[in-house]
Amino acid sequence: MNQTSTPTHAIDLSAIERERRHRDLAAEDVCLEVKNLDLYYGSKQALKCINMIIPRRRVSAFIGPSGCGKSTLLRCFNRMNDLVDGVRIDGAIELDGVNIYDRQVNVSSLRRRVGMVFQKPNPFPKSIYENVAYGLRIQGINSRRTLDEVVEKALRGAALWDEVKDRLHDNALGLSGGQQQRLVIARAIAIEPEVLLLDEPASALDPISTLKIEELIYELKDRYTIVIVTHNMQQAARVSDYTAFMYMGELVEYADTDTIFTNPRQKRTEDYITGRYG
Amino acid sequence: MQTEPMNPVEATAAAPRRQARIASQLGAWAASGSPWVWLNAAAIATSLIAVVGLLVLIAVHGLGHFWPKAIMEATYAQPDGTRSQIIGESQGHEVVPAERLRGTGIMLPPEVTTAARSLIKVGNRDALGFDFRWVLDDWLLEIRYPEDLVAIERREWGNFFGYVRSVEENGTTIATGPEAWAALQARVQRAQTLAAQIRRIEKDEIGSINYRMERLRLAERRLELHGAPGVTEQADIAAERAALDSEYESLQGRLTALHEAISRDSLTAEIMGNRTVTVPLSSVVRAYRPNAMSLLEKVGIYVAKIWEFVSAEPREANTEGGIFPAIFGTVMMVMLMSVFVTPFGVVAAVYLREYARQGPLTRLIRIAVNNLAGVPSIVYGVFGLGFFVYFLGGSIDRLFFPEALPTPTFGTSGILWASLTLAILTVPVVIVATEEGLSRVPRAVREGSLALGATKAETLWRTVLPMASPAMMTGLILAVARAAGEVAPLMLVGVVKLAPSLPLDGDAPFLHLDRKFMHLGFHIYDVGFQSPNVEAARPLVYATALLLVVIIILLNLSAIAIRNRLREKYRALDH
Repeated sequence: MNQTSTPTHAIDLSAIERERRHRDLAAEDVCLEVKNLDLYYGSKQALKCINMIIPRRRVSAFIGPSGCGKSTLLRCFNRMNDLVDGVRIDGAIELDGVNIYDRQVNVSSLRRRVGMVFQKPNPFPKSIYENVAYGLRIQGINSRRTLDEVVEKALRGAALWDEVKDRLHDNALGLSGGQQQRLVIARAIAIEPEVLLLDEPASALDPISTLKIEELIYELKDRYTIVIVTHNMQQAARVSDYTAFMYMGELVEYADTDTIFTNPRQKRTEDYITGRYG
Repeated sequence: MQTEPMNPVEATAAAPRRQARIASQLGAWAASGSPWVWLNAAAIATSLIAVVGLLVLIAVHGLGHFWPKAIMEATYAQPDGTRSQIIGESQGHEVVPAERLRGTGIMLPPEVTTAARSLIKVGNRDALGFDFRWVLDDWLLEIRYPEDLVAIERREWGNFFGYVRSVEENGTTIATGPEAWAALQARVQRAQTLAAQIRRIEKDEIGSINYRMERLRLAERRLELHGAPGVTEQADIAAERAALDSEYESLQGRLTALHEAISRDSLTAEIMGNRTVTVPLSSVVRAYRPNAMSLLEKVGIYVAKIWEFVSAEPREANTEGGIFPAIFGTVMMVMLMSVFVTPFGVVAAVYLREYARQGPLTRLIRIAVNNLAGVPSIVYGVFGLGFFVYFLGGSIDRLFFPEALPTPTFGTSGILWASLTLAILTVPVVIVATEEGLSRVPRAVREGSLALGATKAETLWRTVLPMASPAMMTGLILAVARAAGEVAPLMLVGVVKLAPSLPLDGDAPFLHLDRKFMHLGFHIYDVGFQSPNVEAARPLVYATALLLVVIIILLNLSAIAIRNRLREKYRALDH
């Protein structure tokens, strides 16, 4: 990457543009498949018959106005909605061909395979080291050597290692917002998930931190299937391979990012992208 | 403000106008909020004055008691011509209506309406039959403070005041007059050392032998209950008993020798009313001449007496000596209670807040828990007596200690049941505080943990509970503050006036949860209202009250220190 030519961007956006070509969803390896998914909060229907596939080792972005159900859909992938009282889910989501809403599925092991990063950084009030090691300790891994290795690898993976390597045992709450968010990403990738769900990961951060997160997403997509919810359409355009536009609980249009942003088929998508509503 | 010109024409109109202006200014003042600020400040000032005033009152009365007061000698001349000698410490003055004094048979001239009188502690209860005496100030003549007046604190019969005339050893006089005081000093030292040795043997060593003998008897009884004991077992028990007996014999021998040694010396003294008495040195705790002492020496005696108060055992029906067993009992009972109440309250709160489905039933339970905190404590005492002592304790005795029956082991009041009763009394406070703490743990942190594959229990254990721990400590602080001051329920389930041994000692199993214990709160009640010698006990009531307050403050401060450390550690809540 050329730092001098693009001083404000850590990643060379033009390089991404060059690399990106028209992708074909049908040709991708399917990681997650959503089948006829309906979700109700009490009597209110929040998701209406969603059908889509999430391709493996690609970045898929969900965009749409507030309250359109994009976060709800994201939280279906690791069954985070189970925690909400009065939620009812019909339909299926298949992870590698297995329905995650099946009775036999262990929710904890599902969440180990499908990691999640939230809108606001939520580190535990523990040391940086213990935050990253948390997921491993849950699995009963307490060997000092293994933990040291994994913590370093995860922090390097989240581009945080150089900033915190001298204060691994300081409280994580002493980090800045952007560092905290990268710490949370490190915490998520420390347990080697297959899928990483990012729920507006940069909305509470300043522009520099946002760019670092975006750069990180770009680097992580080689190893993880990433699903990102964002309010920021430029962000979706910059980081994602596929983009889904949702509106009022419906999946309006879902295609490769270039098509969505340059040549949407649906009128509602075009109106939203051009800023006519939402 | 401008003053208006008062010309005669406008004068009549000016008055209502000024009234209106004052009213509007008052309205503005009220609207500015200052009246409320002043009202709040007044309320806080009143509370502070009340608290500080209470503490100062207790401290002055309690701590003043230990100061070595000057001993007065005076001639008491009553109007009927009788003159008598008075020796003692002045304990206070008061002015009373003459009518009341006439009622008690004191002849006062008819024109006198009030009279000042003093309470004199004359001591020497053994010789005089009383140790406090009221005298009218007007009739006290020739008040003087001779340097060679001696105050002696004794193990029995209270204080002694008088002149030391001679010191005897085995009945023969070895020092008289001015030398007697010097000779006395060394001999009191010796008697002190011997008394300490006697006390150690009687209390610790023989006490321990008695305890082991009793256990041996119970072991034998247990074997008998399980069928006839085998020959080897019987032999073992007999051998052990013989060993204890011989140990006891040798201790008894040493004790006899010590008793002989300590009763060697005595002193002859002259007390009030020119009577001569003999005081055995074995009963002397401390002898000093307050009128001859410098300030520094008085401070020395003062510190020694305060130390005795907090470190020694009570004597003379709790009106003399120290209150160490009561301090120990109070602190230990509170700590045991904390050990019981914290896990119980936290588990209950976790279930109510985290697992139970929120609905009418949980709301009802919450109301019930809150109301439990308002139940009068004596009700808990009765419950503890009925449920813990008689039901649980009785069952435990029948199941595990049949050899001791009909003497109850746990089937009688004791420190375990007292702590459990107070734990039930304070559990609502812990539940409420913990629930509050749990509800303040951010949802984001819980979700963060769950998203990493932690189960709900793991999330609770590793993240939520540590973050709620400052709130639990707050609950515990409130519980400790309430429990340490509670007396009424304890009178039913474990507190006694005088406990022969502490609930923690050197005899296996070291912690004796079945024992009764002493408690500062009950001690105050006992000394103040159940004591045969009210005047002597009154300062001790203040001193004990002060100590109880200090101990509660110390317990609270340590809990607050722990809570603040936890808060610092888990300060995510403030973000």
